[in-house]
Amino acid sequence: MNNYPLWKNLLLVGALLIGIIYAAPNLFGNDPSVQISATSTETQIPVATATQVVDKVKQLLQDAGVSYLGVEQAQEKLLIRFSDTDIQLRARDLIKVGLGENYTVALNLASRTPKWLTALGAYPMKLGLDLCGGVNFLLEVDTSALIKAREDGDVRSIGDTLRQAGIRYSGIERLRPQGLVIKFRDVDSLERANGELSHHFPNRADYLFAKIDSGGEYKLQLVLSEVAIFKVADYALEQTKNTLSNRVNELGVSEAIVQRQGINRISVDLPGIQDTARAKEIIGKTATLKFQMADVEHDAESAAISGDVPLGTKLYNYEGRRVLLKEQVILQGNAITYAAASNSQDGRPAVNVHLGGGGEGVFHRVTAENVGKPMAVVYVETKPEQHLVDGKLVTTNRLVEKVISVATIQSALGNNFEITGLGTQKYARDLALLLRSGALLAPVVVAAEVTVGPSAGKANINKGVLSVVIGFIIVVSFMMLYYRFFGAIANMALLLNLIFIVAILSLLEATLTLPGIAGIVLTLGTAVDSNVLIYERIREELRHGVSPQTSIFSGYERVFTTIVDSNVSNLIVAVVLFSLGSGAIKGFAVTLAIGLLTSMLTAIVFTRAVVNLVYGKRNVKKLSIGV
Amino acid sequence: MEFFSHKTKIDFMGLRKKAMIFSALLFAFSLISLVVNGLNFGLDFTGGMQFQIHYAEPVDFNKVRQELSHAGFDDAVVQAYGSAKDVLVKLKTQKQLTQQELTAKVLAVLDGAKLQRVEYIGPQTGKELVSNGILAILVALLGIMIYIALRFQYRFAISAVISLIHDPLLILGVFSFFQIEFDLVALAAVLTVIGFSLNDTIVVYDRVRENFCKIRKASPEEILNLSVNQTLSRTIMTSGLTFCVILTLFIFGGQMLHGFALAMMIGIVIGTYSSIYIAGALAIAFGLNRTHLLVADKKQIDSMP
Repeated sequence: MNNYPLWKNLLLVGALLIGIIYAAPNLFGNDPSVQISATSTETQIPVATATQVVDKVKQLLQDAGVSYLGVEQAQEKLLIRFSDTDIQLRARDLIKVGLGENYTVALNLASRTPKWLTALGAYPMKLGLDLCGGVNFLLEVDTSALIKAREDGDVRSIGDTLRQAGIRYSGIERLRPQGLVIKFRDVDSLERANGELSHHFPNRADYLFAKIDSGGEYKLQLVLSEVAIFKVADYALEQTKNTLSNRVNELGVSEAIVQRQGINRISVDLPGIQDTARAKEIIGKTATLKFQMADVEHDAESAAISGDVPLGTKLYNYEGRRVLLKEQVILQGNAITYAAASNSQDGRPAVNVHLGGGGEGVFHRVTAENVGKPMAVVYVETKPEQHLVDGKLVTTNRLVEKVISVATIQSALGNNFEITGLGTQKYARDLALLLRSGALLAPVVVAAEVTVGPSAGKANINKGVLSVVIGFIIVVSFMMLYYRFFGAIANMALLLNLIFIVAILSLLEATLTLPGIAGIVLTLGTAVDSNVLIYERIREELRHGVSPQTSIFSGYERVFTTIVDSNVSNLIVAVVLFSLGSGAIKGFAVTLAIGLLTSMLTAIVFTRAVVNLVYGKRNVKKLSIGV
Repeated sequence: MEFFSHKTKIDFMGLRKKAMIFSALLFAFSLISLVVNGLNFGLDFTGGMQFQIHYAEPVDFNKVRQELSHAGFDDAVVQAYGSAKDVLVKLKTQKQLTQQELTAKVLAVLDGAKLQRVEYIGPQTGKELVSNGILAILVALLGIMIYIALRFQYRFAISAVISLIHDPLLILGVFSFFQIEFDLVALAAVLTVIGFSLNDTIVVYDRVRENFCKIRKASPEEILNLSVNQTLSRTIMTSGLTFCVILTLFIFGGQMLHGFALAMMIGIVIGTYSSIYIAGALAIAFGLNRTHLLVADKKQIDSMP
């Protein structure tokens, strides 16, 4: 009766082994190390030069008397391990200066997991910020700016479509908060425009059309549909996330985590970074780049004096003079995949640019049409300002635009071009850095920011581990006292539980946070619950005079549905908590959910297997269950 | 080894009227406290900036306040954070300064201070978390209600949900009365308590269903009494163990988890009480009897593994 077939037992042993293998990496510690990679995302450190780099680095360290534990090469990165963080920092500075601009030198905590484990895909858990120290930014993407940009593009498109169809209109205006309205002089134009745009306007699917014919005014109103707005926001968020990931790589932070959160937020985790000013400078640079043609037909200075700016252009300052730029953006900064300072053919400083993000077609066409004319690169920064409006704190974004380069187009520009006519090497380098960071598609504001010092992180880990250990001891002692041998079995299940939780967290590459550890501690208490249910039932049966074997059997059978029912309710809560969003709570929800599932498994299946092995086919008179 | 006599015959249901009045009083009291005192919301919900600072020696809070006030931070809140050497400084969102500048300024002003942790939460983010939190509680309650209605019977579902509303509210009442800081982790604890209180409730209900089936001649009160008594040792055991484990967290887990541990401990106590009394008593009050459970029981037998 109380017997598991061999295959079942083997399966459980197999699961146990897998659990141990994937939980094991967490037992090895970390080495403070330095990671070296090539700066541009396009060029990897080729194998040939890799040995050169390795030799150079070794030389640098030896000359300075800095000892290292080892050098490894993985994919396109070089990893050098050190024995403590002071040496690590010194080494980082040395190597950075020694190798120069083309390489990114980053601080890293490399785990000491042996190769055979990593070959199996077993890695240690990621630690959240409150456990390892570092910085977290929660950035909010201002999608309204994007929608405005989108509408601007569409305004031109509408104008083109209507002109081509020969339909006259008296003006196109923007509506607040968003939408466009086209005015006509008569109802006939309105009707024709409606028909024309409904069929030939490229982005017609995104808009809701409404005809307004009242009070002598004939207007056609276009408002972006919910779906379209969502698509815009979604695209923006995805692009911003990618751009930020690139920027983070630029910073040289390994193991940074850039994630979307909610509909318009992105969370950036930079573990180990202490220089938050620099991190914020690069990450938090809420800037976009745009390429615009300069207007040479009109004189900028006279326009500035008269205040009369030609239609479709805008006035800017550049190096002390005025310049008129056409409003049309011919290339967005995020199309740039590569930019590096170089020397052009005549030996002067230049920046080499590769495109890949999209929009090259339009860019090529416009530059072909404008050979010999100047093109400007405009840097747009969003400065958030907060003031009190009606007693409430309101954040508004102020756009600051700066022309950073005006260069003459030498030929039609395709995927690969050079920006020449730059003043100095330094200027070229700075420009390249800005271009390379990939300008953001939409303005970004810091919604929340957390900086945790390394000592606080270590203290938290210690507290967490201590709680788990003490909690474990309390539960184990009690179970032994109260349920005797069956208690021992339950304790074994508890240990298995811990192993499985750690293994699953490591496999999922989930991040362990302090609330996550609290979740594990909680699981210790509740994991025993399933066992308690079963054992109390067995005891009851025994008291009623039922034989030991049958008691065991009905204990497990009867209690199964109760265990499942009660755990499901907790799972519902875990799911709800997970969706609440913030990183720390997510960690808690994940460990809670995993703990519930594994505790169900270990309590029901594992303990039963052991009980069956021990009491299985024997003739038992008495059970060591504390009765 | 036994802690409790397995033949307890405590007349729980007999006391139920008194228990209901007691609960109603606590409930009302908590509600009043929430309305009058409000909750002491932590940084996650209010927004602003928070600095966790460590001193080498125990520090005088008044001195810290003065130093901050001289620097122009008049509304800074300074409170203890675990030990006499750790201080939490809270500032409202400052308009012109960036986080860097603010941190530098604060550190410059407090001498001997070593920065452990800085947090900045924008005002919008905080408000959103509050509304998300409330939504989360409601969704959890709804999900649970549907689940119980499916597994047991609707009278159970309604009584369970009322008892589940009762628990978090009492926890919030305690937090509000003693003005203990309520942060995001504490909210997570409240939600978790809902889950665990439900655990107990389901165990009792399960037994009730079984007993209704087994025992032909007994009134609903007697059945409920019996069920509660039978599951008493398990209930006390699990609640007790979980309480001990959370107490460990409270003592050793550090200040960050304080709100969480406290909420959970209160919640476990209240939850156990509510599972025994409120859920059961309400079910009786709604007129639960044998016939309601027969159909449900049949379904259960079929679904045994």
